[in-house]
Amino acid sequence: MNWLARLRPLAFIAVLLIAWQVAINRHPDQLLPGPWQTLRGIGDLLQHGLLFKYVVASLFRVTWGFLLAAITAIPLGLAIGWYRRAEMAFNPLVQIFRPISPLAWIPIAILWFGVGDLSAIFLIFVGCFFSLLLTAISAVHNVPDAYIDVGRNFGLSTPQFIYRVLYPAVAPQLIVGLRITLGIAWLVVVAAEMIAVNSGLGFLIVDARNAGNRYDLVVAAMVIIGIIGLLLDTAMRSLENVKSFRWGFPEN
Amino acid sequence: MSTQAPPTSAAGVKLRMQHVSMVFERDGKTTHVLDDINLDVQDGEFICLVGPSGCGKSTLLNVMGGFLSPTSGSVAIDSEAVHGPDPRRILVFQERGVFPWLTVEGNIGFGLSKLSDAERKQRIAHYVQLVRLQGFEHTYPSDLSGGMKQRLQVARALAVNPDILYLDEPFGALDSVTRFIMRGELLRIWQTERRTIIFVTHDIDEAVQLADRVVVLSSRPAKIQDILTIDIAHPRNLSSPRYLELRDQLAQKIGLAFTA
Repeated sequence: MNWLARLRPLAFIAVLLIAWQVAINRHPDQLLPGPWQTLRGIGDLLQHGLLFKYVVASLFRVTWGFLLAAITAIPLGLAIGWYRRAEMAFNPLVQIFRPISPLAWIPIAILWFGVGDLSAIFLIFVGCFFSLLLTAISAVHNVPDAYIDVGRNFGLSTPQFIYRVLYPAVAPQLIVGLRITLGIAWLVVVAAEMIAVNSGLGFLIVDARNAGNRYDLVVAAMVIIGIIGLLLDTAMRSLENVKSFRWGFPEN
Repeated sequence: MSTQAPPTSAAGVKLRMQHVSMVFERDGKTTHVLDDINLDVQDGEFICLVGPSGCGKSTLLNVMGGFLSPTSGSVAIDSEAVHGPDPRRILVFQERGVFPWLTVEGNIGFGLSKLSDAERKQRIAHYVQLVRLQGFEHTYPSDLSGGMKQRLQVARALAVNPDILYLDEPFGALDSVTRFIMRGELLRIWQTERRTIIFVTHDIDEAVQLADRVVVLSSRPAKIQDILTIDIAHPRNLSSPRYLELRDQLAQKIGLAFTA
């Protein structure tokens, strides 16, 4: 039964692909390349060694932007959430910065860092930072008072308290936040690469269009972006199964 | 205070509260919660605090435990003023007291990080046995029943060898059968470990079944309305005339008319 259930989404995708191919065959007026063309596009990219190179370039930027945001925003957010006064000071600022699309920072990124990896990493950092900051702040608020009181009762020092009570209590919420934010990072990198750099999957999309309307490569890049996004999400999701985090997630 | 008894007669006093009052200021509104509470608790005594809901029983317990500082008055344990929570006195919560990210073993060992590995293991094993959680050492709380979680919380508290255990309606969220069993378990533990226990409840039966003395609080601002001594030896016969008499007395004192 289990493998049948697993097969179902694959079967559905296969049906859609066939429908897509049939539709393209009946109206071959170049509104969209068909699945077969797209597959050949991917083959093309593989042959020229571009696919691997661009995927690595995009993942490299996402990794750095995401990690930098995580190691700055999470401790800062936890501290802000813990000290109510700090929150009163920071909150208006956070609320102003948060609705600004990371893409609005593109000119400033180029001004500061020029065209290159740093700009793209900066844009991903900006896109992830506020999302993670808010996650961390609200995660602290959601820690039940009882856990905090137990920590106080057993006479923990501040570092012990952070490591043994606060961190484990917020971990499941942070994982959810990290998962959502990694999705944001993956969205931002494609946009950033369209403008701020000369490699990566986002660049591939723009370049394929500009250099001779290779829409098969455009769609190929989109498919690759989607598949990698799915893989990243699955990887983050697997963290939810770690035993000491398991309590924070609903069953299944 | 020349009328006070000389300190020698206070040798058996574990906890002393003198003129404790508590006033909360919230949104410009003042709420008077505790009003001039004076209470001596003997070493090894089992005290139940009862009173109408919302009267400030939990507040009083939090003041004793050092989680809240009283607006005026003083709390002293072994003649030493209380200035904050202290691992020598552990509070057991009604719910959410155990850490869901730790196993049964991890929870019981939570306050034992200063011990050597061998000592800690031994201590954990002892309290696992005492609260009858054998076989669940590596289980996470999400897989335990409500009663087991509360036993786990009591075990974690006892493991650090506290001289006082504060229990804030610890069985309040359990079904009545489990509750009944838990009372028996708590008495058994109290009789083997001999700690001072201060137990908040709104359940009259629970109080008469467990306590040496029942402290009856009035509605807010809470004053000590009466203190009832339960002079029945353990194990208590819950249908003996004396038991029923004390239960009715307590009910009347709380203001419920059991006798129509």
